[in-house]
Amino acid sequence: MSPLSRREFVSVGVAAGAGLVLGFYLPHGKSGQQEFSPNAYLRITPDNKVTIVVARSEMGQGVRTALPMILAEELEADWKQIEIEQAGASTLFGDQTTGGSASVRTTWDPMRKAGAAAREMLISAAALTWGVPRSACTAESGRIKHASSNRSLSYGELAGKAATLPIPTDVPLKQSKDYKIVGQRLPRVDSPAKVKGEAIFGIDHRVPEMKFAVLSRCPVIGGKVASFDDSDAKKVPGVSYVGKTGDSAVTVVAESVWGAMEGRRVLKITWDEGPNKDMNTAAVMASLRQGVAKKPVNLYLAGDPAKAAGHRISAEYELPFMAHAPMEPGNCTAHYQGSKCELWAPTQVPQDCRDSVAQAVGLDPDQVKVNVTLMGGGFGRRLEHDYAVEAALVSKAINAPVKVIWTREDDMRCSTYRPASLHQLNATLDGSGYPVALTHLIVAPSISGQKGQPTPGNVDPDLPDEAGPVYGVPHYSIDYAMTETPVPLGWMRSVYALQAAFALESFIDELADAAHKDPLEFRLHLLAKDQDLPYFTTTWHTARMRGVVQLAAEKAGWSKALESGRFRGIACFGCFASYVAEVVEISMEDDQPRVHRVVAAVDCGQVVNPSILEQQIQGGIVYALTNALRARITIEKGRVVQGNFDDYAPLRMEETPVVEVYAVPSQEAPTGIGEPSIPPLAPALCNAMYAATKKRIRKLPILSS
Amino acid sequence: MADITLRVNGSERKVSVSPETPLLWVLRDTLELTGTKFGCGAGLCGACTVHLDGSAVRSCSTPVSQATGKNITTIEGLSANGLHVLQSAWIAEEVPQCGYCQTGQIMSAAALLAKTPNPSDEEITAAMNGNICRCGTYERIRKAIHRAAGNGGAR
Repeated sequence: MSPLSRREFVSVGVAAGAGLVLGFYLPHGKSGQQEFSPNAYLRITPDNKVTIVVARSEMGQGVRTALPMILAEELEADWKQIEIEQAGASTLFGDQTTGGSASVRTTWDPMRKAGAAAREMLISAAALTWGVPRSACTAESGRIKHASSNRSLSYGELAGKAATLPIPTDVPLKQSKDYKIVGQRLPRVDSPAKVKGEAIFGIDHRVPEMKFAVLSRCPVIGGKVASFDDSDAKKVPGVSYVGKTGDSAVTVVAESVWGAMEGRRVLKITWDEGPNKDMNTAAVMASLRQGVAKKPVNLYLAGDPAKAAGHRISAEYELPFMAHAPMEPGNCTAHYQGSKCELWAPTQVPQDCRDSVAQAVGLDPDQVKVNVTLMGGGFGRRLEHDYAVEAALVSKAINAPVKVIWTREDDMRCSTYRPASLHQLNATLDGSGYPVALTHLIVAPSISGQKGQPTPGNVDPDLPDEAGPVYGVPHYSIDYAMTETPVPLGWMRSVYALQAAFALESFIDELADAAHKDPLEFRLHLLAKDQDLPYFTTTWHTARMRGVVQLAAEKAGWSKALESGRFRGIACFGCFASYVAEVVEISMEDDQPRVHRVVAAVDCGQVVNPSILEQQIQGGIVYALTNALRARITIEKGRVVQGNFDDYAPLRMEETPVVEVYAVPSQEAPTGIGEPSIPPLAPALCNAMYAATKKRIRKLPILSS
Repeated sequence: MADITLRVNGSERKVSVSPETPLLWVLRDTLELTGTKFGCGAGLCGACTVHLDGSAVRSCSTPVSQATGKNITTIEGLSANGLHVLQSAWIAEEVPQCGYCQTGQIMSAAALLAKTPNPSDEEITAAMNGNICRCGTYERIRKAIHRAAGNGGAR
C-alpha cells in the first residue's frame, strides 16, 4: 500500500517559491497510540515527546536546527523537549530539494502554520478538558495554562484529546515582536555528535553483510568502456565481483574499501574515448567566444540602452569551470532486493534519487526507499543523483547490499562543474562619469539545458534567482546567450551569481575609477533613489541594497584611513532574494593578495538563528576566497586535469581572514543565506587589488591571471 | 593477509588484513570506528588524523604495519570520560557546520595542546594548516583552541 493511500490528506495550501508545499494530515490519533500528529511535520506523544520532522537535508547549513525552531516558535514549545527526525524521500512535503538557499524561505510558512495549527488544537483540547473558554487558555513552553485557576497541562497530556479535534485551516500566526525562539542564538542540535565522531554521514552508514565498491569511470568526458581484463583484479584478496556498470564504468566489489581500491588499481580497461578525446580548455573557452555572436535573450530591461548618448566604456570578464569538492567524497549505500530497493544517501535530492533509481533498476518509485544521511558538505554537488543510481545498479548486479565510494580523484574528475562564462559589459556615461546606460551580456552554457530539463525561452531557469539588476541605472539591460559544452555542468554554491557579480561589480569599480570617484560613493550615488527593479518573479529594491552597502562600509571604517600597505575594495550583489555587501581588506605580498579582513553586511529578512547566519556567511566567504584565488578546472585531451587537494587547493587556515558579519534588522520574511555571501567576494577582492596595484583583474582565478 | 594486533584506544584489537592497508581503512571498515574520515587518501586534508603514541598522523597514508606496537588514539578514544576540553570548546564556539572534517581537526588540535598547552596564533596555524575545511570554519577553530587552552583572550 502506498504511503499516501493510508493517509487522509488535507492541503493547507501554502504556495512557496519552490512550488506548492502541502501539509498532509495523518488520521487523528493513530490506532491505540494516542499520538497527536496534526501534520507530517509534527508528532506529540503522551510521554510528552515532541518530534519535529525536517524535510530538507543537513549538509552543514543548519536546517536540522533552524527549521524546527520555526515550527517550535508557533507551537510555543519548550525547545529542550524537541526531538528532530530527518525525513527521507516522501510524498508528504512537496519538493524536498535542498538547494537555492531555499530551505528556510520556502518552509517558513508551512512550518509556521504547522506549529500554529497544533498550538490552537492543544488550546482547544485543554479548554474542553477544563470546561473553560479557549480565550482563557494560553500556550507557553510546552504547556497549556489556565491562569485564573492556576492549572496547566503538558502537550503530552493533551495529545490524546487534541488528536480527536478538527484541524483548523486558518490559524493566527505570531508577531515577530513576540518571538521567543526565532531570532535566538540557539546551539545547533548536531554539534555534540559531530565533535565526538558519532555523527553518521553517508560514508559511515553500515548495513549487515554490506560490500564495498569503487568504480573505474572513463576519464575522458563522454567516453565508454570498450573492453576490460579483470584477471589481476580478481586475484586481489576480498574482491568478489568485477563488472560493467552502465556504458562508461567498470565496478570492483570487495569486502573492504581498500580491497576494492586495490582491485581497481590492477584492473585493465580499454576505453572508447569517444568524440571529446581531443578537447581542451582553449576549445571550451572558444565556444563561449562564439556565443557572443549568437542572438541573446533579454533577462532584464529598463529604458533603451541603445539610445543613450555619451562617453562609452566597455570591458570583458572570464571565469573558469570550478569543482564543488565537498569534504565527504561521493558515496551511497544501496540494498536491492528484487521487489524493493533501499538507499542510504547523502543527498540534496532524495526524491530525484528515488525516481532515478527506480527507473535504473526497473522498479516503481514507491518500491524505492531513500533514507537521507548527514552530508559532509554539499555545495550543490549532491543535487546530482549519480551516486545513488550507481549504488543501486551495483547492488542489483551482486544481489547484496553495497556501499559505493568515490575517491577524491573520482570526485574531482568525474564530477559536474560550475559553468565557465564570458561577460561583456558596456556603459554610457553622463558628464559626471555615472552610467546612464549599462548593458551586461552573460555567455554561458545552461546547466538545466545540458541535463535535458526545461529552459523556457532559452533562459537557464537559475538565472532569475542569480543574475538580477543591482542599480537603478535608467537604461539597463541584462542579456543571456546560451552555449553548449560537453563538460558536465552542475549547480555550485551561488550558481550563476558568482559569475554575474564578478563581472558587474568589477565593471562598476572600473567606472568609478574612470570617473575619479570613490568606489563606495559611486555605488551609493547609483543606489541613492529608492527604486523597485522587477526581475522575473522577484523585485529588487535599491533601498535594501543601499542599506547593506552603507552598513558594510560603516562597520569596515571605510571613511577612515587604512594603515600603510593595506588596501580595500567593496562589492555588493543580490541573489536568492537576499542582499549582501562586502568590504575586503588586503595587503600585497610577492604580487599576491593577502586578505586580512572581510566585513559582510546582509539583509536576509527575519534572521531565524543569528549564530547559524554568521556561520553561513563566514563559511561562504572562505569558500568564495578559494573560488576567487585558485579554483579552476581545466581540460586536456578530454580529461579533467585536477585530481586532489594539491592541484585544486582549497583555502587553509593560514590564508583565512577574519570575517565580521552584520545583519540588517528586519521583520520581512526570511530569504536565503547559504549562498548570497559568495558573489561579492571575488569582485571586492579584485577591486582591493586594483586599489593596491592599479592592475585590473578581468579573469578568474586571480592566481593564474 | 596477516594477523595483526593493534592497540586502539587502550584496547588490544586483532585484525586480519594485508600489512600495507592504510590504517584509515582498518579503523573504519574492520574496527567500525567511523569517526575517522576519508577525505583525500593522499595526506593532503587531515580528515583522517589520529594519534600514534600521541603524535598526529594521517591514517590514510599510514600502512597498518607501521601502527603495530604503538598506541593508536582515534576521536572515539580521545576522552575517557565525557567530552575532551577541545570538544567542549568546539561546541561552545559553534565550530562545526557539516562537521565531516572536525574530528580530524580536533585530533590535530589535541596533539598540539598536548605538546604546547598555550599555543600562539602562529603555533595554531602551523599545527592546523594541514587540515582542510570546505565549510570554512578555520577562525572558529582558532578561537576554540584558544578557549580550550584557557587563554581565549590571547589574540
